[in-house]
Amino acid sequence: MPALLVANGWNTPEDLNSFTGNLMGPNRIQAGVDSRSLGKAVGRAREDFMSIRLVAAIAAICLSTSGAFAQNAGKPNDAQIAHIAYTAGQIDIKAAQQALKKSKNKDVREFATDMERDHKAVNEKALALVKKLNVTPQDNDTSKALSKQAADKSTELAKLNGAAFDKAYIDNEVAYHKTVNDALQNTLIPSASNPELKDLLTTGLKIFQGHQQHAEQVAGRLK
Amino acid sequence: MRRALSAAGVTALLLVLGLRSADAAVVQIKMAQVAYAPAQVTAHVGDTIEWINEDIVAHTATARSGAWDVTVQPKGKASVTLKSSGTIEYFCRLHPNMVGSIMVSQ
Repeated sequence: MPALLVANGWNTPEDLNSFTGNLMGPNRIQAGVDSRSLGKAVGRAREDFMSIRLVAAIAAICLSTSGAFAQNAGKPNDAQIAHIAYTAGQIDIKAAQQALKKSKNKDVREFATDMERDHKAVNEKALALVKKLNVTPQDNDTSKALSKQAADKSTELAKLNGAAFDKAYIDNEVAYHKTVNDALQNTLIPSASNPELKDLLTTGLKIFQGHQQHAEQVAGRLK
Repeated sequence: MRRALSAAGVTALLLVLGLRSADAAVVQIKMAQVAYAPAQVTAHVGDTIEWINEDIVAHTATARSGAWDVTVQPKGKASVTLKSSGTIEYFCRLHPNMVGSIMVSQ
């Protein structure tokens, strides 16, 4: 299987339910006309939930090269985009936490610490934004496929130790960031309607491109 | 006579040092949108470079020569004082796509 979606095991149902539940809770902000429009958009998006084109996108992620996501994905709505981006961040946070438990390599541990801190910062910003916009991030097949792949990879990495784990973790970080960055650049950012969401995704892409380069440097030093 | 000359020399030296200190500037560089702005600056020996991080993640300003390596937390500031002339290339260790340079003259 190609090492495309290769992060750690994120417990999908609990984390997603908790995430969505928080947004639906008492802190949810009642918004104005624009937000109501977004709410309608979310409703429409639910009807498209099983979009065949998104399913094709998942298959592309899992089975083909990173560019396939852009070539095959339909246009996700803002609620789906928010969920995909948040999910991708959570996956890398969990991967970093696994690395911090297993690795003794200073370079790898520093990288994992950076990943955990940065992705938490971006996801906190994303949570604040969706609350402000009164958008409920919508679970979708892309998010599910990402989470499934991550869980599988986590299981695989759990069986490795020492230098073998370090190499597998960092190689996967390179591939995972490349895949997510391609998806952001070619699909998620162009599809985002809300300007603030688009801005956050654009900033996120620059941060994650930095992560990809950082991971490539660490991978080079591990050889 | 010699004492007078010596006193004059010391006074002149102090004046030069004082002027040099008074001339020393603070050059501010923003860290925003995962980039240094401006990415290229000019400065003089004795000047201070101050980075101001406007991003939501921490960055570093790390000289490729190894001369200095400062970490700047989100919404934070950090600075270095330039001690010698030349061109300093630097980058962010955490996001190596961030690069900048400082041309330092006497």
